[in-house]
Amino acid sequence: MGLVYLKNVVTLEMDSDKCTGCKTCTFVCPHNVFSIDNKKAHISKKEACMECGACAKNCPTSAIQVQSGVG
Amino acid sequence: MYPHKITSVTTELNRHDLLGAIKVRLGIGRNDYRVSPGLYALGSPNDASPVLVTANYKLTFDSLRKELTGQSLWILVLDTKGVNVWCAAGKGTFGTAELIRRVYETKLHQAVSHRKLILPQLGAPGVAAHEVMKSTGFKVVYGPIKAADIPAFLENNMQATKQMRQVEFTLSDRIAVIPVEFNYVFKLLPALFAFFFVFNLIAPGGFNLTQVLFQSVVNLIPYIIAFALGTIGIAILLPYIPFRSFALKGALLGIVWALIFSQHHHVFMFPESNLIITANFLILTAITSFFALNFTGSTTYTSISGVQKETLYSIPVMGAAVLLGLIFLIIFKVRLFIG
Repeated sequence: MGLVYLKNVVTLEMDSDKCTGCKTCTFVCPHNVFSIDNKKAHISKKEACMECGACAKNCPTSAIQVQSGVG
Repeated sequence: MYPHKITSVTTELNRHDLLGAIKVRLGIGRNDYRVSPGLYALGSPNDASPVLVTANYKLTFDSLRKELTGQSLWILVLDTKGVNVWCAAGKGTFGTAELIRRVYETKLHQAVSHRKLILPQLGAPGVAAHEVMKSTGFKVVYGPIKAADIPAFLENNMQATKQMRQVEFTLSDRIAVIPVEFNYVFKLLPALFAFFFVFNLIAPGGFNLTQVLFQSVVNLIPYIIAFALGTIGIAILLPYIPFRSFALKGALLGIVWALIFSQHHHVFMFPESNLIITANFLILTAITSFFALNFTGSTTYTSISGVQKETLYSIPVMGAAVLLGLIFLIIFKVRLFIG
């Protein structure tokens, strides 16, 4: 999808130390924000994030934080 | 032996379902269009059949079941207060607690021998899969974004392709969310008409009521166009308008129309006055920009932080434009009386 929104605004953050490489974030993110590198997830397309909160909600180690509001 | 009565559902949508869908897309009765939560049988499911979880908004339920012809499976409907999956997930009603509650309330452990729940991917913002596992023993498997991809997903051993996991905002998607905005017309038009009517009424040397009424209706036309650009226009042309900000996209569309209007303002029965032309220019642009900004609430990709940022910048500008326009209108009127 070629549509992109504003730059440098999203509150998405990740603590890679807590990542266990379960890949759940890659299954739930609707905009392909995360990618797996060296068995750990990292934010590779921060600009595409819409702050839906699916990743933070489903991360079993709370490695991901985002302010998602009510969508 | 499963102790509950099971309701069966079909995969066909009848005329009542289709008319209902049109109604709610127009925003009519969309807060009261639901099915009862609980466990439903589609086809002839047995204890090994998959369980699909969904929301109790009837449009959602119908959109799901129509994609499942030939399948035999269970549909677990959560009480999301008649709201669709993605919005309810954001609010938390398509959530961990409700899912756990519904699993136990329907005695799902007795209906199926497996321990998997297939959730729509867009339910993820509301559901913590690991917590559901802890509380119920059921593993949450996130299915594709679109119901239409469910048969292929099931066929493929519950593996989703990358494409199935990406949400889009195609032209069809954008058009589908336009009609609900027409509800603003019922508030905007009467208010504008009343304003024009009173404005046109106030004239030195009396007035002709029929003339004023007719003029006020015609005055509305450029404003209807401005509204249409901020709703229908922004939706259709979204990928083609420059800027990432919706308020700016709307302002651009608005300015284009305002310029065209300014060349032909007499057609719309406005008085010959630069003050009036400028006032209309400012207010028309502000209206298109406002409704374009409002459209962020209907998209599949705008972040709340982004919407907050552009709202903070653009609303004061729109407000100032409208205020300035109103001041020009007042000055025009005062001058009429002073002579």
